Amino acid sequence: MATVATPQAPAVEAGGRRPRGWRGLPVVRQLRQSVGLQRGMLVAGLLLTGLFLLTALFAPLLAPYEYNQLRDPAGPFGAQQAPSSEHWLGTTVGGYDVLSRVIWGSRTALLVIVAAVLMSIVIGVLLGLVSGYFGGWLDRVLVVIADAIYAFPSLLLAIVVGIVLNGGESSLAGGIMAAAISITVIFVPQYLRVVRAETVRIKAEAYVESARVIGAGQWRIMSRHVFRNATRTLPLILTLNASEAILTLAGLGFLGFGIEPTAAAEWGYDLQKALSDVTSGIWWTSVFPGLAIVLVVLGLTLVGESLNDLADPRLRTRRRGGTSPADVAETSVVPAAAAVPTELDPAKEVGL
Amino acid sequence: MTTTTTELTGGGAAPGAAPVAAARTRGGGGGLGSYLLVRFLLIFPTIFILVTTVFVLMRLTGDPITAAQGGRLPAAELAARIKAAGYDRPILVQYWEYLTQLVRGDFGTALSDGRKVTEMLTTFGAATLELAFYALIVAFVVGIPLGRLAAYLRDRWPDAVLRVFAILCYATPVFFAGLLLKLVFAVNLGWLPVAGRASTGAEIELQTLDGSTGIYLIDALRLGDGEVLSDVLEHAVLPAIALGLLTAGVFLRLVRTNVIGTLGSGYVEAARSRGVSERRLLRKHAYRPALIPIVTVIGLQIALLLGGAVLTETTFEWKGLGFQLVEYLQARDFVAVQGIVVLAAVIVAVVNFVVDVIAALIDPRVRY
Repeated sequence: MATVATPQAPAVEAGGRRPRGWRGLPVVRQLRQSVGLQRGMLVAGLLLTGLFLLTALFAPLLAPYEYNQLRDPAGPFGAQQAPSSEHWLGTTVGGYDVLSRVIWGSRTALLVIVAAVLMSIVIGVLLGLVSGYFGGWLDRVLVVIADAIYAFPSLLLAIVVGIVLNGGESSLAGGIMAAAISITVIFVPQYLRVVRAETVRIKAEAYVESARVIGAGQWRIMSRHVFRNATRTLPLILTLNASEAILTLAGLGFLGFGIEPTAAAEWGYDLQKALSDVTSGIWWTSVFPGLAIVLVVLGLTLVGESLNDLADPRLRTRRRGGTSPADVAETSVVPAAAAVPTELDPAKEVGL
Repeated sequence: MTTTTTELTGGGAAPGAAPVAAARTRGGGGGLGSYLLVRFLLIFPTIFILVTTVFVLMRLTGDPITAAQGGRLPAAELAARIKAAGYDRPILVQYWEYLTQLVRGDFGTALSDGRKVTEMLTTFGAATLELAFYALIVAFVVGIPLGRLAAYLRDRWPDAVLRVFAILCYATPVFFAGLLLKLVFAVNLGWLPVAGRASTGAEIELQTLDGSTGIYLIDALRLGDGEVLSDVLEHAVLPAIALGLLTAGVFLRLVRTNVIGTLGSGYVEAARSRGVSERRLLRKHAYRPALIPIVTVIGLQIALLLGGAVLTETTFEWKGLGFQLVEYLQARDFVAVQGIVVLAAVIVAVVNFVVDVIAALIDPRVRY
């Protein structure tokens, strides 16, 4: 460390102490830590994700028409109109404005992501904590069930859950909740496993034992000591899951489990309707909603991947010059074991 | 009780989180034989859990007959048909009956077309199998060499391009990839057929073939007609690329991560100091061990492939299980839907077993 570090290098966080204030926030921290190509990927991802969030928030201002608008004072839009000055991206086979539906679709996607991720985190973390902390038969049963569900094709599972919830298509709130719950069912096993593995590891740490010795209750240990530490890997899984949620939602919509076009705009549904257009060479109805999906998933995945790479010492590009290599971001899915080059068992299944 | 799982943390999207084989060693660990036995026996609870989950979920909505024909039949006739099919009995009795039928290999009869579900599964399963096979070839041919290249040129521009390509591969929904391919190569350029598994003429020839397997590639080879064979292959190109690229992205990233890992390991360092050429280092020393995790991840890829196949088949009207699934869903034929889902569960459980066995044979650490 005797080398002259670049002035603003984060290595100044001497002794590997956590930076304070906004610099310690998850994504900001990684952004400061990254260099070169990795920073480029992270920034690109953050930009795309930001664009998506802004579009979703300001959809009513940005969209030229309503998502279910078929006519304006000048008369009906007409079906399958090529892009023009009135309809920049053309109109769909159902006579909707493509641009408006693409913009409004971001709002539907965001709602589904938020609902699905919140539900999965609450349920998954709770189950993971209980499973890992108490162990025993409950733990075994939960893990076997989670494994079975995890290995199963998620789209098929989402379809089955979708059938249960609404027998197919439905209204805005119903459709969004149905999609969100379908996705939740897929995600809960992942959160359960990750949190459980961490919990099992943390349970054996000295500070948990100390807390127990001084007479802290089970609930206090779980909520203060274990919970805080076991959930540090979640930001990463969260971004990756958000992108998976979008793909699942679009897949469901494409298979006809979408939300009715009068209730909300959904990209997957629009693509299903555009399927027959493609054969007759009409490209604008499919290309734009599809690109929207790709860009959002790309953005989220770039963020998630960058965070993961930065957390893995093997993959992190090091800043040239002398910086502290010990500064491992705390978002790795495989925190401690990541430095071990073998692929064997990072999550250490101690209890099983 | 011990269990093993091949998992990729974070929804199959976290690099570095190589497959985990959870194993508890009991005083140095048992032999390969006992591992295989325990692992084999674990197939059954897995299938059982999935079958039960699906059964419970499907029945939460009510009985299949009401779902399929409710509203279209008078109430009295509906009730009579429900009674005739035995759906008015207690749910536990029906569940037990369903399980015993499954054990005997009987999946029931589809409500919409009256076909035996088992027969439907074998007919359309062959088509899905064929598609999955082509897709895996694309995935291997594209994913593995490119992953190696990216690892070798780590942090230089080709690596960046390849990584973005890999992310694009799984950021693009298969059906959108399919639509784009169709638009460009089938509609605009007219090089390849738009949809289907073969042209009508060829399809008839193939299906009337004696002892037809349903796998068109095999049937076309047996038929010995070059035109039919090229027709079949032409139809397969676009669906195979659409579905294969999805998995190729995963392979690319996994190979890259693992080769980087092995390139930095002690034995590669040792070989390098002995003067082994960089080329040889990459080809022999770093590459081979990096492939082991691929074997274990294929288990999870099967699930991804099955899900992707449903979407690909719908996009290209490839008449396999996925295409049928959507048809049955639209007809609200839940007996058939349940049959397809249960078959998927069995496939996933068996493939994961096979993968775990291979992993155990390759890597002695993955044992109980």
